[in-house]
Amino acid sequence: MRRLGLLLRLAAFSLLVAFLVMPQRFAPLFAPFTEYGAPPIYDQGSLLALAAAHLGTVFLAAAASTVVAVSLGILVTRPSGAEFLPLSRTLVGIGQTFPPVAVLAIAVPLVGFGETPTLIALFAYGLLPIFENTISALQTCPSSVIEAARGMGMSSRQRLLGVELPLAMPLILEGIRLSVVINVGTATIGSTVAAKGLGEVIIAGLLSNNTAFILQGGLVTGLMAMLLYDGMAGLEKRLLRAVHVG
Amino acid sequence: MTPTPPPLHRIDRLGALLGTASIAAVAWLPFVTFKANRIASGTARSLFEVLPFGTALAVAGIVVVVAAAAIGVASPRSRLAAAIVGIAVVALALAAAAADLTPPGNRLVRVSPGVGCWVLLLVQALLATDALARLRPGPGLRVLCLALTGAVLYAAFALGLFDQLSIMREYAVNAGTFAREARQHVLLATGSLGAAVLVGLPLGVLCHKVPRLRAATLQVLNLIQTIPSIALFGILMVPLGALATAAPWARELGVSGIGAAPAVIALFLYALLPVVANATVGLGRVSPAAVDAARGMGLTGRQVLTQIELPLALPVIVTGIRIVLVQNIGLVTVAALIGGGGFGTFVFQGVGQTAIDLVLLGAIPTVVLAFSSAVVLDALVDVMSRAPQ
Repeated sequence: MRRLGLLLRLAAFSLLVAFLVMPQRFAPLFAPFTEYGAPPIYDQGSLLALAAAHLGTVFLAAAASTVVAVSLGILVTRPSGAEFLPLSRTLVGIGQTFPPVAVLAIAVPLVGFGETPTLIALFAYGLLPIFENTISALQTCPSSVIEAARGMGMSSRQRLLGVELPLAMPLILEGIRLSVVINVGTATIGSTVAAKGLGEVIIAGLLSNNTAFILQGGLVTGLMAMLLYDGMAGLEKRLLRAVHVG
Repeated sequence: MTPTPPPLHRIDRLGALLGTASIAAVAWLPFVTFKANRIASGTARSLFEVLPFGTALAVAGIVVVVAAAAIGVASPRSRLAAAIVGIAVVALALAAAAADLTPPGNRLVRVSPGVGCWVLLLVQALLATDALARLRPGPGLRVLCLALTGAVLYAAFALGLFDQLSIMREYAVNAGTFAREARQHVLLATGSLGAAVLVGLPLGVLCHKVPRLRAATLQVLNLIQTIPSIALFGILMVPLGALATAAPWARELGVSGIGAAPAVIALFLYALLPVVANATVGLGRVSPAAVDAARGMGLTGRQVLTQIELPLALPVIVTGIRIVLVQNIGLVTVAALIGGGGFGTFVFQGVGQTAIDLVLLGAIPTVVLAFSSAVVLDALVDVMSRAPQ
């Protein structure tokens, strides 16, 4: 069972890479979906470059959201930041009722077309799951453990770095993964505001009525998102095992 | 270290931050943006430039009082009242500014809220939210607050208070389509939810009874959720288009590659995970003692399920429905890209024309719809969890 899963993942990954590197080889597969001799494979840019730009945007935004959200999460769970806690919790709840498209669309008139509105939307929307998970993880740290750490003479800083954050790590990592997955989707929509990314292929297909573009764009983006989610989940497990063994 | 004397009044740090921000917004940030027509570039006007001096001073004064209350008053009730007064005053000032700047009968001039106005509204809304969060209102009160806010907003719009604002100008142009897209938006979101509940609940029960099935089903549904919405719409367009070409009956039912059909199916697929996962979790939490007791009383397996297990799992199941509904209302926006309609139509039209008011005309109702459904369903979950088990 486990071997089958590994085999499936490897196959999906190789298929994705093969398609991105030499898409023309797959042209016969997509040719039936075109009409009037339209190109069967996206021809307005390199698919590999688009995929790289897509991932670049997603990870840049996710890194920024992680730094800000984890710091804020730590701040509002310290005694000195307690006044900000109720509002933070409510805001996270309200923020998640905002559709990512709305965040993206509102950013456009403010900062213009291109990469910037997408980055802003990804950053802002990506904050929520990480912030939420950081807060709940730090708040549910068993008080007996913290008391024990205090009893051992650890300063509040040592307690945070040595006890609370490592205990909170699984939930924080899960928040980062959620945030990355949402970002991959939102970055796809970013192509409607001229950000470089794989959404471009789908949008081009919709505009030129080329079903082959829509299908390959959808398949590549979907496959990439699934592999990313799955890969990050695996990485998380490995990382946690390393921490707990070490 | 010198001992600091105890402060006379405890200063609220959140209030200090937000209060300072609102005073700064009144003093330095533009209150409205004025455009000679829809495509002209806008000029920023401060509060004192757009309102008569006395009125502007009064508005600024009230903002300062609200800020002071946020900093120095501890009672959440008073803070809430102050924030509400602040929001109302800023909204009225905005309406007055728009009316003042628009020459009578002129339909070209565009007045929209400036950065300062947005900051003021946001800061005071944050203050109100914070006060409400500290008051911890019960489910009934929360729904009542929502209904009251809705009624006040409805009255304000019905009276034409904001008619001179740019976004309402866009509404006036699109009034006919707005109602249609609103209906389409709600229909797409709730229709796919209904289908997901019809399929997802039995699937959840099955997953609960057959543990081997559970892991595999949830894994597949999890993977589906990670597929970006445009991608899933795109993938579904191909088989649906083929079906419509091949089968006339499908075409007559309205199935086609573009439009509502791929949107409904994609939303349905996304909705399955929360419904199935929450049904399984909810059923899993039902205490074995309750099930045993019911069996002991001679209830059949079906009776145990419908009379004991499902009612006990209901709060968790409804939580799943809440997740789906909020998620669906957001995702329907994207359906506009493939001709599915809904509020996204305005959003993407607005993006195409770089017209922020048109974007907002699509985005604000979507957020309001999602937020209201979240409040109502959260209240419902609260009521159900409190009911004696």
